[in-house]
Amino acid sequence: MSAAAPDITILTQGLSRSFGTVAAIRKVDMAILRGEIFGLVGPDGAGKTTIMRMLAGILTPDAGAISVDGIDVVRDAESVKHHVSYMPQRFGLYEDLTVTENLFFYGELFGVSRRDRLARSRELLAAAGLLPFQDRLASQLSGGMKQKLGLVCALIHAPRILLLDEPTTGVDPVSRRDFWAILYSLRESGVTIVLSTAYMDEAERCSRLALLHAGEIRHCDTPERLKQAMPGALLAVAGPDPRTLRTLIAGRPGVLGVLLMGDRVHVRVDDPARRIPELEALFAGQGITGAVISSADPGIEDVFVALVGTQTAS
Amino acid sequence: MFERLSVMLMKEFLELKRDRWAMFRLVVPLLVQMLVFGYAATFTVHHVTTAVLDLDQSQASRSLISHIVATSRFTVVDVAKTQRQITHDINDGSATIAIVIHAGFARELANGQGAPLQVIIDGTNSNTALIALGYLEQIVAQYSAQLPGTVTLVPGFAATPPRGIDLRTQPWFNAGLNDRWFFIPGVIGTLTLMQVVSLTAFAIVREREIGTLEQIMVSPIRPVEFILGKTLPFFLIGLGDISLISVLGILWFHIPFLGSPLIMLLGASLFLLASLGMGLLLSAFSRTQQQAFALNFFFVNPFFILSGFAFPIAAMPKALRWFTLINPLRYFLVVIRAIFLKGVGLSALWPDLLAMALLAFVMLTISVRRFHKSLD
Repeated sequence: MSAAAPDITILTQGLSRSFGTVAAIRKVDMAILRGEIFGLVGPDGAGKTTIMRMLAGILTPDAGAISVDGIDVVRDAESVKHHVSYMPQRFGLYEDLTVTENLFFYGELFGVSRRDRLARSRELLAAAGLLPFQDRLASQLSGGMKQKLGLVCALIHAPRILLLDEPTTGVDPVSRRDFWAILYSLRESGVTIVLSTAYMDEAERCSRLALLHAGEIRHCDTPERLKQAMPGALLAVAGPDPRTLRTLIAGRPGVLGVLLMGDRVHVRVDDPARRIPELEALFAGQGITGAVISSADPGIEDVFVALVGTQTAS
Repeated sequence: MFERLSVMLMKEFLELKRDRWAMFRLVVPLLVQMLVFGYAATFTVHHVTTAVLDLDQSQASRSLISHIVATSRFTVVDVAKTQRQITHDINDGSATIAIVIHAGFARELANGQGAPLQVIIDGTNSNTALIALGYLEQIVAQYSAQLPGTVTLVPGFAATPPRGIDLRTQPWFNAGLNDRWFFIPGVIGTLTLMQVVSLTAFAIVREREIGTLEQIMVSPIRPVEFILGKTLPFFLIGLGDISLISVLGILWFHIPFLGSPLIMLLGASLFLLASLGMGLLLSAFSRTQQQAFALNFFFVNPFFILSGFAFPIAAMPKALRWFTLINPLRYFLVVIRAIFLKGVGLSALWPDLLAMALLAFVMLTISVRRFHKSLD
């Protein structure tokens, strides 16, 4: 990779970090563009949080370089803190303070002027649906509301770069929708967003994804192109007992992968025209009725399994 | 700088105000412990349980016993008939001291040759034993002064007050040798140390646990702003504590306060800064509140024991004496006792004040240096 081009906001080169003898991340190279929503996808322990913390300047890499907005984060972590906002999985709120007081605290901490703070907090609280709860103690908020308040606090100083570590884990669907509405409007205004997620529907909404496994980036591209890169074609088998179906199908000739997806089984095959009749014959031979085979569009989960070889969640 | 510090302080005081048990936690244990210590921490020995075996049954022996029980120091719990009974009393703890007057006591006294008096004492609590024995020696000496012969204490313990040199003592600063005067100022320092160190250590570790510390690390706040914001409230709380329990000591326990309140304020401030530094250091080495608790327990008790609160530093082995040099409580106890009881000023106390200032400076500097804004 060459030196930072004008539109590259975050650039990492050869980023590595170990904890004791365990290598958390190995030689991670990323180039994240301004205004992107860049997704880190991978199972627990893949190194998502480690990367986030390094970008935020609170964890030093063992090796490698990080440049954020042209600032060398390894050498000068403090300068980056004015422009970056980092929201960990559980945002630290002061439970004995109200919504407004938490917001006031984080605003002052980042040196936001009074006028900006008042205007922005009103706008952000409205977007998060928190305006009616301004005087409520943080401890009295629901999990989803707490997480949205965390996001609002993280945005009070108008950061140019937003780092979100699994921001919607354990958040109700309504709050997630509010959350994403805010993220989209931020992208409109040119904020670069890096987020890690375990939700595949969220991964689909990112402009680009890095598939992370065991501390390494295995693939990095747009969701569309990752799907195209997936070898084979995807079939969905719906039936009364998906677990039995999965066992039956696995290892058959021409079957590249089998994945249980709720009440259906996703089957990746080399040649659908040839394999569909074979599978139907197999079901008939086993006396299985009511199993319906159709072709399916791959989701990120299918792509991840096909390209990386393991599931994101067990 | 000022905005960030003031918002930290505002946050701390808001949290304190919202915590409806805070005032209770900060004040009540302190007052209760002050009262308990004030009454219980004393070396004065009263009503020592005493068994008596009078094998002489003479006028002289009865007179000696009545001399002994006339003071409130000794209470006779058993008038024994046999030596076995005496042994039994001491073994089962019903008597701490046993006095045996052997047959022929009165005759030997009348002959002017001197009479032995056997004293058996339970040495389990060596301190109480020595003090009780001291009282007994005084009483016996007074008694024998009126007699032609001398009564001599024999083993168990034996001692005869020397004749010839007449020792006249005049204690200064605490004429009544009231050891409550000695202990109460010590209690004030000790309780304050315990309160402030643990408050500080726990407060920072708590922010780490609830995740707000990570949020603070990603902000542009400077370590010194954060640490000032976290510790200034405890400094003020500490000053409040010291004032409160000092007033309790003066008004309730009638401890004299002879020195200057200003020097007291100076000493207390330096002591509090050093205590805050200790708390910060403990928090720097703790990831969780359990670890902070363990470290707190590990350090605070030795600091208490090696402070001269009860056990004289001069009597400690050399290695421990060296260790006391880094103990802020050691210096503060000198200062607070001197201010309460002696009323001396800066000219006498400056070495201890300076030592506390140095300790405070070193510990606070290390804490600020050690507080990296990173998770490494």
